[in-house]
Amino acid sequence: MNRRAIQTIYVKEMRDSLRDYRTIISMIVIPTLGIPLLIFGICGLMLKTVAKARSEMPQVMIIGGDTSPNVLSALRASGAFRIVPATDDFTNQIVQKQVRAAVSLPPDFDARVRRGEKVEVNIYNYETDVGSEVAAEKLNAFFRKLSDTTVRERLKIRKVPMEILEPFAIRRQNVAPPAQVAGCLIGGFLPYIFIVMCFLGAMYPAIDVTAGEKERGTMETILCCPVARINLVLGKFLTVITISIATVILSLSSLCATFELGMKLFARSLPPQLILSISTIDITGLAGVFVMLLPVAVMLSALMLMVGLFSKSFREAQSYAGPLMVMLILPTLPAILPGTELTAKLALVPLMNVSLACREMLGGIWHWNYILLIFGSACVYAGIALAATVKMFHREGVIFRS
Amino acid sequence: MGADRGGPGQLIVIEAHQLTKLFRDRKRTTVRAVDAVQFRCGPGQIYGLLGANGAGKTTTLRMLATLLKPSSGTASVAGYDIAREPDSVRARIGFISSGTALYGRLTARETAEYFGRLYGVSEDTLLSRVNELFSRLEMGGFENRRCDRLSTGMKQKVSIVRTLVHDPPVMIFDEPTAGLDMMTARTIVQFIRDCRQQGKTVILSTHVMSEAEKLCDRIGIIHDGRLRAEGTLEQLRERFRATDLEDIFIRSMEVTL
Repeated sequence: MNRRAIQTIYVKEMRDSLRDYRTIISMIVIPTLGIPLLIFGICGLMLKTVAKARSEMPQVMIIGGDTSPNVLSALRASGAFRIVPATDDFTNQIVQKQVRAAVSLPPDFDARVRRGEKVEVNIYNYETDVGSEVAAEKLNAFFRKLSDTTVRERLKIRKVPMEILEPFAIRRQNVAPPAQVAGCLIGGFLPYIFIVMCFLGAMYPAIDVTAGEKERGTMETILCCPVARINLVLGKFLTVITISIATVILSLSSLCATFELGMKLFARSLPPQLILSISTIDITGLAGVFVMLLPVAVMLSALMLMVGLFSKSFREAQSYAGPLMVMLILPTLPAILPGTELTAKLALVPLMNVSLACREMLGGIWHWNYILLIFGSACVYAGIALAATVKMFHREGVIFRS
Repeated sequence: MGADRGGPGQLIVIEAHQLTKLFRDRKRTTVRAVDAVQFRCGPGQIYGLLGANGAGKTTTLRMLATLLKPSSGTASVAGYDIAREPDSVRARIGFISSGTALYGRLTARETAEYFGRLYGVSEDTLLSRVNELFSRLEMGGFENRRCDRLSTGMKQKVSIVRTLVHDPPVMIFDEPTAGLDMMTARTIVQFIRDCRQQGKTVILSTHVMSEAEKLCDRIGIIHDGRLRAEGTLEQLRERFRATDLEDIFIRSMEVTL
């Protein structure tokens, strides 16, 4: 290993990569501009749709309202609905989005309620359609209020105190520290985002310094130099991992900033239990996550270098990179889903082990035995991938593959 | 650059002995790309490997440049064995082929300095060496321009600087004028002659008869991986009883080995 040669190659490859607009796009433009625009775009659109659905007066049908003028006039008087004449194919009308929802009342609803009989009210809506959901919610609220008022009236007539309905109050208190709540919610996603961004960041430079060199005819030029292949690989590898980690840092910073800003902007539209802040995340846990993910970054960069080296052209390498990314992301998914517990066997599964450990660390749980086992195995996998890359650079069949 | 091995009396700089390279093709059958090739070449000499496409010229030169490892046989360049001391061999070679392109996103000066450093030229001598080459090849006008914005002729000059930056005693040219326009080809031919003038050992491959006739002190005719005939142009004319190199080439094909 020759430090001067590695440094010379690293400096040149960095300069070369940073002059490539594709690297700039995947390293700087997408993380800093693309991610916030996408998130704000999607969230904004969703909130706008919900707000629009809430503000509009939904068209509803009242089935069987002819014999119950009281409830019908109360519905009209509420001003929350636009009541349209009832038809038999009301379910079809809801599916066709002609009306938002329908409510079916039993015959003589008013009279039967007055007599104290138990009656059933059915609300029909189309789930997943925001407008229909909002209309059903409003109908539900109306009838719940009507039910409450009826109960109160009945109690008043019988001279029974209101308190009889609620003998004691129940209140649930959360004692989990905010860091843990945020950690559990964000902890599963963080390694996933890290791995995706790490891979995306490594992809272009890794292909560029391998398949790109073959395609442009510079591979033979560089191989003519009296530089041992291991120095060449390390110089290129350091370039790829630098750009990859820079992409991750930029993406995560931009994601955090977007998240914080989003929480502030949309605070009024969100339920209070969903309002979180990045600042509540445990910093020690976050530092631990970064240390755990470093060998993963090494492995991903080495894997991408191998893919690039094996390919004859940029295009060929890209066609391998897509399926490889799917294969790499699959093992990280159990960490996002709740319920997957860390076991000794899972601690040896590459990527899945690190994802699970990161989730626990961000949640403030430090299983040192597992952490050491996972970090050790991740380092071994990274070492194997890097050694395989160096070996591949020595293979004539791969370097001069045509 | 480090001194070459061997005393002043030793005039053989490149020596190939039974050099053989086997490849496996797509059908997994073994192909003898180069078969027991041997020749010698001394300083101030241009040795030409003449052959059709696929004859084994590039593979032979790639083995000499240590880009490929020989399957059997050996060769020494400037006193170093190509299999045992590949780094020392590479440090004494300047290699130009159609496959040795330039980094498009680096400028001419950055290219020269990068390769100078990789060839182990010290920082003190690097600057003066690069400046001297730039002024000798009249490259001042475009030294800070990116290589992908240069004309073919300019690129060729940058390639020349790249191969000369470490002042190698041996130059290897693989099809040096292939695909070049007449003016650029002339520059390259003149450059090869200059190398001989400076006492460098030059080996080149070509399928252009006139080029071999004009430039080479010794010619090796290669066909199907085997060296069919070898010698100075005069010796070859005498052996095959023909004056024209093309006739010599055709007649050498008929030689049974």
